[in-house]
This record gives sequence, structure tokens and C-alpha cells, in this order.
Amino acid sequence: MSTNNIPTLELRSLEVAYTVRGIDRSVLRGVSFAIAPGEAYGLVGESGCGKSTAAFAAMRYLPRNGKITGGEIFFEGKNIVDIDEEDVAQLRRSAISMVYQNPSTALNPTIRIGKQIAEVFELNGVSSSDAMMMAEQALTRVQIADPARVLRRYAHQLSGGMAQRVVIAMALASNPRLLVMDEPTTGLDATVEAEVLDLVRELRRDTGTAVLFISHNLGVIRNMCDRVGVLYAGALVEQGATSDLFSNPSHPYTVGLLRCIPRGGLHKSTDRLDTIPGTPPALGLKFDGCVFVARCALADDKCRTQLPQMVTINVAHVARCFHSDKASSLPRSVEQIEYAPQVTGHSTKVGDALLNISHLSKVFTQDGHKVRVINDVSLTLGVGETLGLVGESGSGKTTIAKLLLGLTPPEEGGVVTLDGKGLAKTLNRRDVADVGAMQIVFQNPDQALNRRHSVTRIVGRAVERLRKFSLANAIARAHELLSGMRVDASLHSVRPVQLSGGLKQRVAISRAFAGAPQLVVCDEPTSALDVSVQAAILNLLVDLQKQDKTSFIFISHDLGVVRYISDRIAVLYLGRVVEFGTSQRVFNGPFHPYTEALLSSVPNIDGSTRKRIPLTGSVPSPSNPPSGCVLNPRCPRKAGSGYETLCETEEPNLNEVEPGHFMRCHIPMAKLKQLQS
Amino acid sequence: MTDETSKQTKQTELSERLALLKKNKAFIIGASILAFWVFSAIFGKLVARYDQDFADYESISSSPSLKYWFGTDSSGRDVYSRVIIGSRIIIVISFLATLLGAFIGASLGLAAGYLKGRFDMVLMRILEAISAIPVIIIALLAVAAIGRASSIITILIIGLIFTPNVARTVRAAVLGESELEYVAAAKLRTEKTAHILFREVLPNVLPTLIVEFTVRLGYAIFAVATLSFLGAGLEAGSPDWGTQVADTWSLIFSKIWWPTLFPSLAIASVAVSINLISDALLEVFEL
Repeated sequence: MSTNNIPTLELRSLEVAYTVRGIDRSVLRGVSFAIAPGEAYGLVGESGCGKSTAAFAAMRYLPRNGKITGGEIFFEGKNIVDIDEEDVAQLRRSAISMVYQNPSTALNPTIRIGKQIAEVFELNGVSSSDAMMMAEQALTRVQIADPARVLRRYAHQLSGGMAQRVVIAMALASNPRLLVMDEPTTGLDATVEAEVLDLVRELRRDTGTAVLFISHNLGVIRNMCDRVGVLYAGALVEQGATSDLFSNPSHPYTVGLLRCIPRGGLHKSTDRLDTIPGTPPALGLKFDGCVFVARCALADDKCRTQLPQMVTINVAHVARCFHSDKASSLPRSVEQIEYAPQVTGHSTKVGDALLNISHLSKVFTQDGHKVRVINDVSLTLGVGETLGLVGESGSGKTTIAKLLLGLTPPEEGGVVTLDGKGLAKTLNRRDVADVGAMQIVFQNPDQALNRRHSVTRIVGRAVERLRKFSLANAIARAHELLSGMRVDASLHSVRPVQLSGGLKQRVAISRAFAGAPQLVVCDEPTSALDVSVQAAILNLLVDLQKQDKTSFIFISHDLGVVRYISDRIAVLYLGRVVEFGTSQRVFNGPFHPYTEALLSSVPNIDGSTRKRIPLTGSVPSPSNPPSGCVLNPRCPRKAGSGYETLCETEEPNLNEVEPGHFMRCHIPMAKLKQLQS
Repeated sequence: MTDETSKQTKQTELSERLALLKKNKAFIIGASILAFWVFSAIFGKLVARYDQDFADYESISSSPSLKYWFGTDSSGRDVYSRVIIGSRIIIVISFLATLLGAFIGASLGLAAGYLKGRFDMVLMRILEAISAIPVIIIALLAVAAIGRASSIITILIIGLIFTPNVARTVRAAVLGESELEYVAAAKLRTEKTAHILFREVLPNVLPTLIVEFTVRLGYAIFAVATLSFLGAGLEAGSPDWGTQVADTWSLIFSKIWWPTLFPSLAIASVAVSINLISDALLEVFEL
């Protein structure tokens, strides 16, 4: 065998176990894959399936309670399972680098960026004066503008995207032959994510480094990797060339995973999302047969009792399934709510005006400075409709939610009316009916549900307070709501910690519906969930809306999700509405330049490539917004539009550019249409 | 549904932790020692071999023997029996003092951490001032003021001195908790502040409070022993460990070490056992 054929990294039947509370629990079950020099290999799967464990094991960097219980890891042909710590350190110093999920915690907050990067060079024997120079070059390589200045900064002075570039620069400093990237863009905004991914792609082309790329985001994997492995419950269930695997998924899990993503063009009015029933098995469960058997619609007795082997689908595409030929015809999972409608005496025709927000503003005082985080926001929403709020982090989405709910009082002049009735500015001045009429589902159910209270108490107490039911009636109603939202009766007495993420979110939704609300704010309700669970939660929300004519304000950074569930969309930038209109208008264009950039940054799951419209630079601080149009320093359409001076001097108004479509832009509609075609 | 399996796993979590606790050496040793002293405190008469005031004038200051395991003191009283009987006073007083400190401290800490702002600032400054006062000096002043040592006063003083520490610990935990969204959710169903504090937030800071309580209890044992050694803690003539040490320590110079050593060891063993238990709890429950 010539040296060229030796893979950079090869895992052979790798078994890893974690010792949790004194018991060994197996996390990886015989995982085998190989990454050739210069190849990008993607690992996908839902949380807890062992993606990160595989990466840490490959670097011999398992947590203290983890151990390799079987199999081999070869790095460039050398088995590294049993080499001593000194050799492992040498390997990490010079040959393998890792980029972690959260850049802000990967950097030392007390050491200047320059020193941190220089350290990597010094470890490899470069003198300290040369190291600082090389650090500057390293920053230039990851396309950081003004690297000399960044060198003198501390981690907290960098934006998320910048920090991740610095981490990548450090990872590349040792010219590694293998780069392990564990969810490198997960915490970042879509626009920043797109930039970081572009950078990784370019660097890979230039350096020829092999990459192990881990992500739960199938779109990212599709766009970044040559080959993909799908992990489920610690077992590799399918592997193949990226385009092949995505176009012809042959394991029921992969099929299910791809189906449950709200992808291009699906809308709640016509399409129901597929889900994968059930939840992943608990850590360390033992299996006689296939790991996926409990959730698979194709499972039969053979699957339950015999361990399936990898079956070749075509060249280099394998699936661990007895029924891989039938996988594409996997029966669709249907799940309906069984939920008693709320009795409300309010206006009931879908589309009637329900919520009217006018001139809402919010000023925070930060270090003695006044910061206008929400600037003159006016929006409307009809009965039974969903308003999607999108925008990068810091655009004010969550603050708007808090203002509406009365958790934070808005500035003078802002008026919120619900069903024709003006709402008091703060929560404690609103009457019970008003409080119950507008509720919220938070992003993180772990924090939103009191972990010391039972599920019944959490929902029952809300019914008791908001609808003034007697305790017995409140509990009965709570059980009715919970069962309706498919939280099984056997789980009503348990505490949230005993529930899976999806079930917790169902409890949170039950609580939001306890007061028979007219409007529910959903603040990123699915972003902490796996895609299969996300689909089930979205279906539930749509069902509830259809039945109760509840309106939603849906906040999400995931444009696919927003597009699926929303009837109207408001795009926010720096606390201002830059575009507002029906879902169709906003998503079909012509777009506001900011919306256009946002949309183009979403990695596509169908593999189609389209031109990315980049936003240059990062979001400016709301304490010091740019003059003129706040987008102008980053606007992809300003240059060459003929309106540059106007853009830089005068803030545009939110104008109705066509019926039901508002835009805050100096460039006329026709011109935008021409630029965007 | 597969959700059932997840439920079962989580339900076994507590039993798994308890199993770990039972295997934890620090916990086994600490709990055994403490159990012995608590048993002695409750059923002292069963464990003791003589009455606390029984004096054998035939064998005054006799060294440890089969008849008097820990020897006798200068009045001919059995040191072993007095150590056993003395456990009740110190354990009960330390426990009550810690309970008082924990109760006041937790209430103030909850309010300060949740309400924040000016109330928090003023309260924390006052508590800092209190924690700057040395416990022994206040106790001596109190004895001077009322003319005699009293266990009630000791409980009040130690409780007061412990208040700032407990309040600070609870406040820090509450500051983190009150940012969590379940608090906003409670506001969104029109709950009163008192309900949010005691029914929503308090249960979540309880583990922190329990650990703080055990740590404080260890200190309380020392504090009570010290005060009674100085004659400022308990009513005169009580058979507690601190008083025993105070009454006998000068005999060490005459090579009569046993009436001093055994009560001192008793003090140390209770304090150590409580610390071992709190360490084990911290470790097993990953606090």
C-alpha cells in the first residue's frame, strides 16, 4: 500500500463508555470510518448520539469519566489508542487541532488575543518575537480586518464571528493534518455562520487539511463535506458521499431526519411536517438488534433480535439496515392533538385585527449611556395568524416580546392594543384577563419550567390563577390540556427533569394555553430541540392555532421554520422594522437588501447552490448607530444603486411599496427588483 | 411510547446517587460518628456507665482503666459518662443556633437577591457590619450585661453571627435563579412576590442552603464549645464539653490529661463528622 492511501484518521470498531454515577454506559458502539488526507468528513445526528464523543475520542481527549473500551484509532497509520500522554500532547501540538462550539469559552478571557495565538507558535519552537509576527499573519489568513489591532484585544471585545475566526486561526497555527470542528457555527447568526463556513472552505482548499466536521445542521453538512456519516445512539447507521446520501438516504433514521426539516417553500397551510416518533434511547442502553428499532416504522422481529450489518447501497454508500431498499418508502408518521377547544367570547374570524403595536420604543441605560434598542416599531397581526420576527441577534426580537408581555415597560408613546383594548405598560397593572390573553413559550424549557414543581402543578397553577378555577377544576383542566398536547397521563405527576426536551416544551405550551390566550409569543421555541422534535412541536402549534384561532408571534433565527409557520413576517435590524409584509411577499421578493442577505446565508439542504449576498462587517452597536440608513455601512445593494448619498445621510421611512408590503429603503422597488434578478 | 424509558432512567437517578453516597467512605465515617453522638444525645443515660454527678471519692483523678474508661476527674466523676451526657447540650444548642441563623439568613438572602436595587445594597452593608463583630466579644458583653451565662443568649448570638454568611450564599444563588424564565412565567400568571420567593425560588436554592447549613453546623459546634470554655456560653455547672475542658485543662501540667483530652476529642469528632458529611453531599450531588 502506498503512503497516499493511508487515511489521516481511521476509527475501527471504536467503543467508548462513560462512567456515570458509578455505572459504565456505552456511548459509541463499534464506530468505524476513515478520513482521507484533504477530505472533509461530516458526522450528523441528534443530540446525545455520540458525535462529540467520537471527535474527542479521535483526539484522545475524552472527559475524565470516559474511556475507550474497544477498537482502534489510527492517525496516519499509527494506532493512538495506547500511546502515552506525552505522545498525545505532541500529536495535539503539531498534527491535530480542534475548533469548539463556543468560541467565547475557547479563548482565555485574561490574555490578549495576540499572546494566545503566539503561544501556539512558541509551543512549536518559534521565538517569541517571530511568534507575534506570525500571529498577525495567522489573523490575516482568517480574513480579519486590521489584525494588528485585534492582536491587542481581549476575547470579550470580539464578536462571536470574530472570536471563532481567532479560534480557527489558532487551530491552523500548527499546520495540522487533521482539523476537528465540533459544531463550529452553532451559536452564530446565519450571516456570520455563512462567512465562517466560506472561510473554512477556502482554507481547506488552500491547506489541504483533512476535516472532521460535526454538526446537527444537515444544511451545513451538505454544503461543507465530501462524505457524511450518520450517527444514532452511538452507532454509525449510514455513510456515503454527501450528494449520494442526501439524494438517496437508505437508513430509516436518515430518511426521517431529512423529512422533518421545514425546507424551502413548505407552509403550514398546505404541508404537515413529518416527525420521528419516540425519543432516542437512554445513555448506555443495551441492544440485541438494531439501535433504531424502537422508532422505526419498518421494524420487524429480525430487527429486534439481530444486529444488522452494513449493507452496500452503491460504491462507498453503506447503511446498517435490513430494509435499506424500503427506507425511502418509510411510512409517514401522523400525530394528532386530542385537545378540547378553549371557550372564548372574543372575535373569532380568522384575519380580523387582533394585535396592534404602534410606535413602540425602548431605551436602556448602559454605563450611563442611553441605548435605543427598539426604535419606533409598529406592527399589526390578525386573529389566528402568525407573525414571524426575524433578524440577527441583538436586533431586538426578544425585547419586543418582553415589551408586549409587560415584563419590561416601553417608552412613553408606545401603544399596544389587543382585540381593541389598550394594554397597560406593566404586567402588574394589567388585569387577569389581559395577562391570560397574551402568554409566552420560552426558548429553553429547562429554565422556563420550575424544576422543583410537578408538571400538573406547573400547568394547574396557571389555570387556577389565570382562569380563576377552583383547585380541583384547575387540575382537571391541566390534565386535559397536557393529555391533549400528548403528554401522557403517566407523566403528569413527574418533575420536568424526568421529561425529554420535546415533552418539556409541550408542558410549556400547555402552560401558555392555560389562560385561553388570544396571542402566544413563541420565543425560539424549537431552537433548543432536535429537528425531529422540532417538527412535532411545530405541528402541535399549527394544530392549536387552527383549533383555537390563536395568534402567534414567532421569533426564530431559523428562516426555514419562520417561513413554514408564518403568515406575516417582520424583519428587524438594530431595533427597527426594515421589512414587513405577508410571508409570501417577503420571501418571494423583491427583498429589502438586509432580508436578501439573510436569506442567501442559509445553507441549503437540497444542495442547490446560489449566490450568497454578503453583509460586510458586524452589527453596529445600538448605542452608536450609523447615520442615515442604519444598514448603509453593511448594505449589499448601496454601492452602485445611485442612492449612496441619500443612504448615508437620511434614515428611510417604512413605506408601503406594494399592497401589504412595507420596506425601509431608499432604493425604489423597481430598482431593487432589477438588482436582484 | 419510548418516553417511558426516559422516565424510568431518570427515576433511578436518585437511587443511583444514594447508592453512591452509601459507598462514599467520607460519608460512611462521618455519618457513623454523627449517628453515635446523636444517639448519645437522645439516649445518653443508656450509653453512659454512671450518673453525670456520681463521684467516686476513692479514685479521684484516676487514669483510664476498665472501671473508668476515660479515667475520672478531680472530683472523682467518670469522664466517659460526662462526655456522653455532655453531647446533648452542645448538639442541641448548635443545631438550634444554626437553624436560627439559616432561617433569618435565608429569608434576607432571598429578599435581597430577588428585589435587588437599593434594598439589596443597604441590607448587604448592614450584614457586612454584623459579620465584622467578633462572636466572643459579643458573648462576653452579653454575659456582663445580664450577669450570667445563658444558653438562649448563646443561641441568639451564634444565630445572629451566622446570618450574614447564610444570607450571602443564598443571595448569590437567588441572583442566578431569578434570571431564569420560570420566574417570568410566574409573573405572567399574576403571582405575588411572596409566592414567587418562597414557592418558586426557595425550593431551587434549597440544596445550596442545606450544604451551607451543614457547614455552619460544624462551626457552631466549635463556637458553642469555645463560649462554654470561656464560661460565657452556658449556665454554670453544665456537663458540656467546653465547660469540662475549662474545668480541667490546668491539670494537664500535673500530667492529668484525660479529663481534658476526651471532651476535646468529642468536640473535634462531631465537627469532623459534619464536615465529612457535607463534603460527601457536595460530591455525590455534584453541587
